Amino acid sequence: MIPFPNLDVLAFLVLATFAVLCGLSVILQKHAVASALSLVGVMGSLAVLYLMLGAEFLAAVQMIVYAGAIMVLFVFVIMLLNAGSEKKGPPRYFAYFVGLPALAVFLGLIATFILREMPHTASVQFGAFTQGGPAPVGRLLFTQYLLPFEVTSLLVLIAIIGAMVLAKKEID
Amino acid sequence: MMLPNAVPVSWYLVLSAILFSLGVAGFLMRRNIITVFMCIELMLNAVNLSFVAFSYELKKIDGQLFTFFVMVVAAAEAAVGLAIILTVFRHRMSLEIDDVSSLKN
Repeated sequence: MIPFPNLDVLAFLVLATFAVLCGLSVILQKHAVASALSLVGVMGSLAVLYLMLGAEFLAAVQMIVYAGAIMVLFVFVIMLLNAGSEKKGPPRYFAYFVGLPALAVFLGLIATFILREMPHTASVQFGAFTQGGPAPVGRLLFTQYLLPFEVTSLLVLIAIIGAMVLAKKEID
Repeated sequence: MMLPNAVPVSWYLVLSAILFSLGVAGFLMRRNIITVFMCIELMLNAVNLSFVAFSYELKKIDGQLFTFFVMVVAAAEAAVGLAIILTVFRHRMSLEIDDVSSLKN
């Protein structure tokens, strides 16, 4: 009889596979809407991974803000501009023969470094770390991180005004 | 194949590195401005995952707050970036990244 695998391990493997497949789909799909939907898949699986790491508040924010608001904005712009599939252009030899190998080397190095230099990291168990709810996050946000929070509100205000100014039709 | 009994935090970091590399690869390969922008979002998400993983490792929620700030900046960036894409499309009638090369050379 095959022993039933640990659910933490099983969930991580399933979600990680799904996230990587969706990430591949983001960069390989020819159509922008298909890429956007794959990106929603990546964000959803990351939200569940956040839950497993004890970040409940962030998981909810990830689904609402990222998969909800930001991706709706993307899909809206894709449909507004009627972005079809990409046209063929001249091949990019520099990206293919320098960029991608360098990227593969980077990934190999960083994965080797993580797995070799950090062999004794804590093992992730769902429910082992429960400080990520709204109450502790909010308390820290409004005490120690109050100034960054307020600066963030200024940033969002500037972004609203900037987006309006950029997107409005020029009045000649 | 034997599955281990628990997932170490380092696996989450490797997953984060893989997703980040996918984002960089898409950034290098794609020609559509919107898709390139989505690849940037993919990279931001990958970095967020490593912030949350380190937050678990250190048993402190400061990393989660950093993720929160990254999300806010990403939202602002998406709003402004998509407005820029709209303006570029209105002026050049094209979403190809090679057509927007006024600053090249």
